[in-house]
Amino acid sequence: MTLRDLQKGCTARVTGFHYDDDELETRLREIGFAEGDEVELMHVGLFGQNPITVKLNGALIAMRKNEAGVVIIENPIT
Amino acid sequence: MNVQVKTARLALLGAPNCGKTSLFNALTGGRAKVANYPGVTVEYRKGMMSLESNSDCELLDLPGVYGNCGHSMDERVAIDAIRGNIEGETAPDGIVFVLDAANVTTQLHNVLLAKNYGLPIMLVLNMMDMAARDGIEIDMAVLEAALGIPVVSCVAVRSSGRAFLLDHLDRWLPQLADGTAETPSAEAGNLKELQKKAREISSIAVVRAQQGQTASDAIDRWVLHPIIGPIILALILFFMFQAVYSWSGPFMDAIEYVFGKASAGVAAVVPDGWLQSLLTDGAIAGVGAVLVFIPQIVILFAFILLLEASGYMARAAFLVDSLMAKVGLNGRAFIPLLSSFACAIPGIMAARSIESERDRLTTILIAPLMTCSARWPVYFLIIGAFIPNQKVGLFNLQGLVAFGLILTGILFALIAAFVLKRTLVKGGQSSLLLELPSYKAPVFKDYLRGLWDRAMIFVSRAGRIILPASIIVWFLASYPTKEHGLEGTFAGMMGKVLEPIFVPIGFTLEMIVALVPAMAAREVAVSTLGTIYALDPEISSEALASIVVNKWSVATGLAFLAWFVFAPQCLSTLAIMRKETNSWKWPIFAFTYLFILAYLAAGITYHIALASGL
Repeated sequence: MTLRDLQKGCTARVTGFHYDDDELETRLREIGFAEGDEVELMHVGLFGQNPITVKLNGALIAMRKNEAGVVIIENPIT
Repeated sequence: MNVQVKTARLALLGAPNCGKTSLFNALTGGRAKVANYPGVTVEYRKGMMSLESNSDCELLDLPGVYGNCGHSMDERVAIDAIRGNIEGETAPDGIVFVLDAANVTTQLHNVLLAKNYGLPIMLVLNMMDMAARDGIEIDMAVLEAALGIPVVSCVAVRSSGRAFLLDHLDRWLPQLADGTAETPSAEAGNLKELQKKAREISSIAVVRAQQGQTASDAIDRWVLHPIIGPIILALILFFMFQAVYSWSGPFMDAIEYVFGKASAGVAAVVPDGWLQSLLTDGAIAGVGAVLVFIPQIVILFAFILLLEASGYMARAAFLVDSLMAKVGLNGRAFIPLLSSFACAIPGIMAARSIESERDRLTTILIAPLMTCSARWPVYFLIIGAFIPNQKVGLFNLQGLVAFGLILTGILFALIAAFVLKRTLVKGGQSSLLLELPSYKAPVFKDYLRGLWDRAMIFVSRAGRIILPASIIVWFLASYPTKEHGLEGTFAGMMGKVLEPIFVPIGFTLEMIVALVPAMAAREVAVSTLGTIYALDPEISSEALASIVVNKWSVATGLAFLAWFVFAPQCLSTLAIMRKETNSWKWPIFAFTYLFILAYLAAGITYHIALASGL
């Protein structure tokens, strides 16, 4: 599954990125997403639960769902 | 041996919100060469820093950057500056990499990337106090050994917190100047490998206490709430525009009083004649009519700067993103657009932080629809003249009307973006991806300096643009003869040429005359009216608002107001559009579509008002 499927308040581990968008992958890595990181879904927007914010190693990152869809995650924990 | 050592140049590099600009202000005393527009460091700033060892150093403050690719124009400026690719500037002698200490784990790979620039580099862990509060401990010695570069801790906003850094810089600078400073070994590997290495380093150097929610998290539960969050944002903006009206009155009265006294004083000393008229009707009336709005401008900026410095602005971008997405725009466009309420110029430049070129162009084209502070004087004048100063429930009616006009501008900006994204600037991948910094109390000194800078920009415009414009207008409105009122003057003759265009939308000759110099700066419309009416012998020294009430019908006043919601932008805005889009096509397009909108809006307003018997 990807970060866009994560439910609010849940935590999961990043396992990789979808490689069909190189530039987006680079930008996600540069802002701090990496394999093995824990991400927690903190807030969702009003319309279509978009955009979202995620907690990543203490930083709070806002992103749209299409960006979140590039981040592959596993083992969501509530 | 006494060798003349060259001045070392240091660049501050780091991610957005790492506290670079506070550090820059603290080190240079805030004396920078390039004007810093609020919030976003659009150009880079340069300042001198003096140290105990007497080695002077030039410090560059660059826009915030993640990585080394340069996805946005903003990031490219920073990276080009480091690489020495900016014309007329050499590469710096060394890099001070600023890292938010609370964010070491997330951002450490960017330090590894920066080692590859081939310059001596020093890592500054900024905001150590905040990191400690969040339960983060950093072993500096381990970090230093693993990175192979000097690492210094710092609390930029406190002088005691900077002592350590200054001490290090004192020893480092002479080495940079004579070229003996060590250049770090390059880091091999792609971004993924560097991230892995960075995570390994931070796992041995950084201890993160398992902790519950931080203060920022607690605030964000409300501020970023899907329903309560947007309500809070609307209330903040509404309160801001109300405050601009309700708090400024006494200050404006005081300024008017001073200008009244100055005018009377000059009239008493200088004999009747052209010189007295030039000074009182031209210079004092023109400049006074604009400077009286300083209190409003200062209050407006007091809010904008506070929202920026506290960390709220990025949250506002998150909250409005879904709305922006509906018109095909980038959520990040909110920050340049909000800056445009102050002035479209920094707004258009701040659009550089938007990665998608098409989104950037759309943002530039709609930025002039945000009510810039130069248009506020026109709003204040007409609203003050035609809208009663009374309470509607809890609110001031004048404030409500101003808020309505601002909303109208925003609404049309969204419509314009919607249309543009489907026609002229189709496509482009919109994205948000934005770090929301933790909340902080603004540094009082930086805050006041920012406020002072903004007020001074407004005042210096009054000197550079409005004073000369007022004198030219005075001349044109006084000669060859004013015996037959405005119509006998050069200004009146010019107005007559344009009259057939503007009469259908209810404009008087005075208004048409005021529109032309308003191209220099929009507030000149007000000073021109001040000058024209001050020259009218039938009118005594009444305040401009009461003159306007007597001279204009309500329909005419409202049409003028509607015109200025859209009013085609000033020449400086067109010039910056040309510069930022690298073509005349877009400024000409923007001028045309805004002129048509302004004309239609004024015409429709005028005829509806007439039909309703106003």
